[in-house]
Amino acid sequence: MANFIDQANKEALKLMQNAQPTLIGMGIAKDTLPGMRENLILHAGPPVKWEDMSGPLRGAVVGGIIYQGLAETVDEAKELAASGKIDFDSCHHHLAVGPMAGVVTAKMPVFIVKNLDQGNYAYCTMNEGLGEVLRFGAYGENVINHLNWMEKTLYPILKEAIEIHGPIDIKSMNAQALQMGDEMHNRNKAGTSLFIREIASSIVKTNASEEDKVKVFDFLNSNDHFYLNLSMPGAKCTMDPVGKVKYSTIVYGMARNGTEFGIRVAGLGERWFTAPAEIIDGLYFPGYSMEDANRDIGDSCITETSGIGGFAMASAPAIVQFVGGTPADAVQYTTSMYEITLEESVAYKMPNMNFRGVPTGIDIRKVVETQIRPVINTGIASKHAGVGQVGAGVVRPPMKCFEDALQAFVEMLDNEGLLD
Amino acid sequence: MKVNSMVRKNAYYDSVTLMIISREMKKIEGVDEVLVGMGTDLNVDLVEKLSLLTPELEGITPNDLFIAAKYDESKCTMDQIIQAFDEQINAKQDASAGDYQPPTLSSAVEHLKGANLVQISIPGRYAAREAEDALNKGLNVMLFSDNVSVEDELKLKKKAVEKGLLMMGPDCGTAIINGVPLCFANVLRRGAIGVVGASGTGTQEVTVCIDKLGEGVSQVIGTGGRDLSEPINGLMMSLGIDALESDPETKVIVLISKPPAPSVEKKILSKVSNCRKPVVVDFIGGDAEAILEAGAIPCVSLEDAARKAVAALRGEEIAAFEGFDAPENEINAIVDKAVASLKPDQKNLRALYTGGTLTDEAMKFLGENYQIYSNIPMTPDMAIEALEGEIKGHICLDLGEDEFTRGRPHPMIDPLTRSEFFDSHVDGTTAVVLVDCVLGYGSNADPAGAVAESVNSARARLAKEGKELVAVASVCGTDKDPQDLKKSVATLKEAGVIVMPSNMQAVRLVDRILARVSE
Amino acid sequence: MKVNELFKSELKVINMGLESFYQDMKSQDVSAIHVNWKPAAGGNEKMAALLARMKSLQ
Repeated sequence: MANFIDQANKEALKLMQNAQPTLIGMGIAKDTLPGMRENLILHAGPPVKWEDMSGPLRGAVVGGIIYQGLAETVDEAKELAASGKIDFDSCHHHLAVGPMAGVVTAKMPVFIVKNLDQGNYAYCTMNEGLGEVLRFGAYGENVINHLNWMEKTLYPILKEAIEIHGPIDIKSMNAQALQMGDEMHNRNKAGTSLFIREIASSIVKTNASEEDKVKVFDFLNSNDHFYLNLSMPGAKCTMDPVGKVKYSTIVYGMARNGTEFGIRVAGLGERWFTAPAEIIDGLYFPGYSMEDANRDIGDSCITETSGIGGFAMASAPAIVQFVGGTPADAVQYTTSMYEITLEESVAYKMPNMNFRGVPTGIDIRKVVETQIRPVINTGIASKHAGVGQVGAGVVRPPMKCFEDALQAFVEMLDNEGLLD
Repeated sequence: MKVNSMVRKNAYYDSVTLMIISREMKKIEGVDEVLVGMGTDLNVDLVEKLSLLTPELEGITPNDLFIAAKYDESKCTMDQIIQAFDEQINAKQDASAGDYQPPTLSSAVEHLKGANLVQISIPGRYAAREAEDALNKGLNVMLFSDNVSVEDELKLKKKAVEKGLLMMGPDCGTAIINGVPLCFANVLRRGAIGVVGASGTGTQEVTVCIDKLGEGVSQVIGTGGRDLSEPINGLMMSLGIDALESDPETKVIVLISKPPAPSVEKKILSKVSNCRKPVVVDFIGGDAEAILEAGAIPCVSLEDAARKAVAALRGEEIAAFEGFDAPENEINAIVDKAVASLKPDQKNLRALYTGGTLTDEAMKFLGENYQIYSNIPMTPDMAIEALEGEIKGHICLDLGEDEFTRGRPHPMIDPLTRSEFFDSHVDGTTAVVLVDCVLGYGSNADPAGAVAESVNSARARLAKEGKELVAVASVCGTDKDPQDLKKSVATLKEAGVIVMPSNMQAVRLVDRILARVSE
Repeated sequence: MKVNELFKSELKVINMGLESFYQDMKSQDVSAIHVNWKPAAGGNEKMAALLARMKSLQ
């Protein structure tokens, strides 16, 4: 007979395999996210105080405050952020995820993704594109204007288009994109293309002006990462039910706030196990080096938590050089992830891995035993607010997160009298 | 000079890699002494001996990597030393990039379908667990690691016997399975002679001699040196005999071991007496009578074992070989020439061996005739410690023993230890230097070249005293070995070394020279 | 005996420990794989003990 941990993991894996993430609509954060309110600002990663926030996160908070209309100038915004009148919390605590700084304010539009298998929801803002953007900590006028355009023009059109179209199956879109060279974290070109193809006629059918429709299409076409903000909530609503399986040793959340890396383990509930986030030894854009890099940041490693992203690197040969490697390295990364996971995905198959399913269900016991840490494909943010992305690379969570979690797990079993 | 250190907690690297890197790092400008290793008691002792101890190193565990260095601060920094280490270790890791390297045995079994043998050379304290896991998975085991307890060995071998699997080792240095040399082994012709050996270089010498005589081996099974001790009771040699007896490729069986425990010898010989195939037994220096009684063929040397096995296979007359391949007059000429080159005060033997069983063979023979200081002495008063560091009289050393290899690879891998002994021990009283040169996989890429270099520099040193150097060697290898027997012999001859066809013939020649100079 | 099956099969070697032994196999075209072996939990004894306790669950 398998022990109760193995049984719990089996149950958790069933939840992962059966998850059915589906885009069902859009809404405004305040009206849709549980517990969202005017003076609350959400951010990526585990909870962090204003004093401890890194450059890009502070920049994004300042931008968020100005965008939300809580302050007019940068100085006012900073003062307000430090005053204690603004509450900060993790996106993850409100069923949301956000790339890089991951800042969400009350009036931001969000995608609503539902896991049809368990009926739970996850939310994510729309991707702003590259360059001077809020998620890298920029807060200038252009940033705010772009956010306003997204709210006033992009959001209503996409919302209406999704209503016209009906629910969009994220799981099958992920599966197709994976076979087209995406790993849904650092490469989303195929996913974005598939999304545009799927939604195009519905956008045309909306009541918006021709001019705005053209602008929407141009924006979607110009932003290779648009789909990231759909793959992320897809992964989030896949993993959240796993977090409720008692005695499971599977990691259901990994996230970074630019200061700390945090993981959450199913059998240990909502607790975060954190350690200082790493500075990434990756490939830097010309003119930048590790000196310019912020510590690892963003909720986007929810993709790896669910088995895609870096775990599916073998299937995304086009970006291996971008993260500093060869196609052979990519296969090695994926192959080594089977050492720390419990199953292979039934839905997400990789052609050049002989159609093996992606490594699914990170087990903290296996991570500690083999000392192989999950591999995460990531962008690197400048440590200075607003500069943007300075490179990309492969990063791994600190081992301490897993060791602390393992220790807590054994303590829990001890407290319940389940160990000799 | 500054003494400094660096510790990385829980960072594991294998010892040979670290030893080789330590050597490379000594070449850094300004570095006087440097040691890189895992924090084992042995290494910490060594750090203390080298006066490299810092408070940081005191709480270190065997799972922590450390660098300890003494260096000239005006020429280099600790950071540079650490950086040099990282470059070296990363270069080593890059070299192996490409093939997937799973982290566990379970995963390896998944990746190599049909795997049937596991070769284990991890630190001894972890080795038994992995070996047991391998046996449980139905895999044969070659356990190279030493420092495995007798209790663990017994447990493992009992399990192996139960499952009908090979459990070669612990401390098993050589085996050839299905023609594939494992760990330290020579490339041999395949043939009809099956070997079970409990002593590494002894097995290599016998099999190499078989190859030189034009025959080949079916299987060479290693058992590890303790197999014929009382507690282990010859479990693996027994299994090996059974396996070779039922192997259709094997026509003749050879058993090689140091003298077994009496009860075990009895058990093995009773098995031998029931064996339907001819069995040649070399219990180096053991009881020939008992072997004859068991219906087996006893031997006088490793080479003799090879010759008798070949004779048995060919159905030729089986006679002991106690002389030389070369005719007597040629041998006499060699001895005359060597003795004539020596000054009257050159009377002593310096035997500097890398192979353990080859040393045994030399000591057993020469020790009968001469008083020889050794780390494997004939009598306790001739232990090398009795010299108290002074170098005098006859000396014969097995440089592969732990006392000489602390913090260094075995001299079969890295010739440095023997080179140093050449420098310190070959002096103006030396009549003859006796060395082995073990080729094959696992061994150094050019052991003959290293001997030649040492001989040349010793000869130059003695020339200043107006003296000659006489050096005698044998090469344990074949022309199919990566180092190539012919090439190695030529290298030695070019350096003026007298090269004999086997260790025993080299020993006999040395005996003749010593007899003449001590007259 | 299983050993005699081994004698009739192609030798396929799993190498664990010194990597040079693996390179020797590769250079002879012997089918082999090298285990990137590390002590359990990287030698962290506290963690290894915790893992062992969890494994003892029935």
